[in-house]
Amino acid sequence: MPGSKEIRTKIKSVQNTRKITKAMEMVAASKMRKAQERMRAARPYSEKIRRLVANLSQANNTDYRHPFITKSANVRRIGLIVVTTDKGLCGGLNTNILRQAVTRMRQSEQNGVTEIRVTCIGNKGLGFMQRLGANVVSHAIQMGDTPHLEKLIGPIKVIIDAYQAGELDEVHIAYTRFVNTMRQEPVIEPLLPLSGDRLGAPEGNWDYLYEPDAQSVIDELLVRYVDAIIYQAVAENMASEQSARMVAMKAATDNAGSVIKELQLVYNKARQAAITKEISEIVGGAAAIAG
Amino acid sequence: MAMTIHVDVVSAEASIFSGLVEFVALPGEAGELGILPGHMPLMTRIKPGTVRLKLPNQKEELIFVAGGMLEVQPGLVTVLADTAIRGADLDQAKASDAKRRAEEAMVNRASEIDYARAQIELAEAVAQLSAIEKLRKGTH
Repeated sequence: MPGSKEIRTKIKSVQNTRKITKAMEMVAASKMRKAQERMRAARPYSEKIRRLVANLSQANNTDYRHPFITKSANVRRIGLIVVTTDKGLCGGLNTNILRQAVTRMRQSEQNGVTEIRVTCIGNKGLGFMQRLGANVVSHAIQMGDTPHLEKLIGPIKVIIDAYQAGELDEVHIAYTRFVNTMRQEPVIEPLLPLSGDRLGAPEGNWDYLYEPDAQSVIDELLVRYVDAIIYQAVAENMASEQSARMVAMKAATDNAGSVIKELQLVYNKARQAAITKEISEIVGGAAAIAG
Repeated sequence: MAMTIHVDVVSAEASIFSGLVEFVALPGEAGELGILPGHMPLMTRIKPGTVRLKLPNQKEELIFVAGGMLEVQPGLVTVLADTAIRGADLDQAKASDAKRRAEEAMVNRASEIDYARAQIELAEAVAQLSAIEKLRKGTH
């Protein structure tokens, strides 16, 4: 039976691959649930701080205008925060977001932007941006399965500081928004200056008492607000990552299944052919002796 | 029944407390703050320490916060708790560290952004994905 042993080995190896992808699918499914919970857990905070900033922007007992709120007239230098995953095997997730980011960068350059600074969150984006030759000013990698604000503070501050110092006119954030388990959407959103749409309408007009003074309180609050937006984006990206990986691994498992089926068919045919050949040889031999 | 005020304590990673209380004590930046229902609107920073909540059933709840922000409205208190201890110096140290790492990683980078190469790379990845998709459809 020529080749049948090879086919058997091949089937065995595809079966092993299927076991691995199946296991990865299940791991991703359980991580996805946790990541979704975390994403939801982050919502009350970002909702509260958004409302607070909205109230604050309406409170008229201060003349202080924070640089986060003032728009610059012409945009020459921009910052881009690119949120990707650390690991691969999650379908087209990173490719899609990076493609959007690259398109945006090129468009901006055509529209007269002279400098683009990039902050990468996630290993995949960092590797890509470095190969691309982009100006990566900071990065956060190896985030693990839980987004920790602690790890994000430093890299974010680099780009936010550049904005505050007037070295950047705009900052955008690119990440994959989690729509549902089957659908994730790559988006690029403006982060700074803070736009009114994001804040929404204030619900009351309070004349706050500030301690120690309005300026330092507003400063602190806005920094936290920006952190919260980025944290939320990272949390969503992680939920997207796990569900994309789950779907990709499910597809891989299904594919392995169909490959095994086909190989099994080829193997059976080869086996059958060998048996038929053997029988006809015996019959032929017997006929020769009898004759 | 005594007067109560609604208190929300939230951090970026979780919602910690939400409910009615009679009295809140927390470490404000300018000193320990005690808030009763009807306090005037106030916004301040809080220091790392303990938030003490006196519940209507006379029990007390203690929550440790690593600093954060406090907003008081006449009927509502919001504590935005930090998950990490923040400080200008600490944040600055983290930022400098991040910058240094980025610079180390950038030593041998090209001077111009190589869009052509990026697009080839991405196009390849997309082609692979669509090929897989087609293969998959073909086998079913």
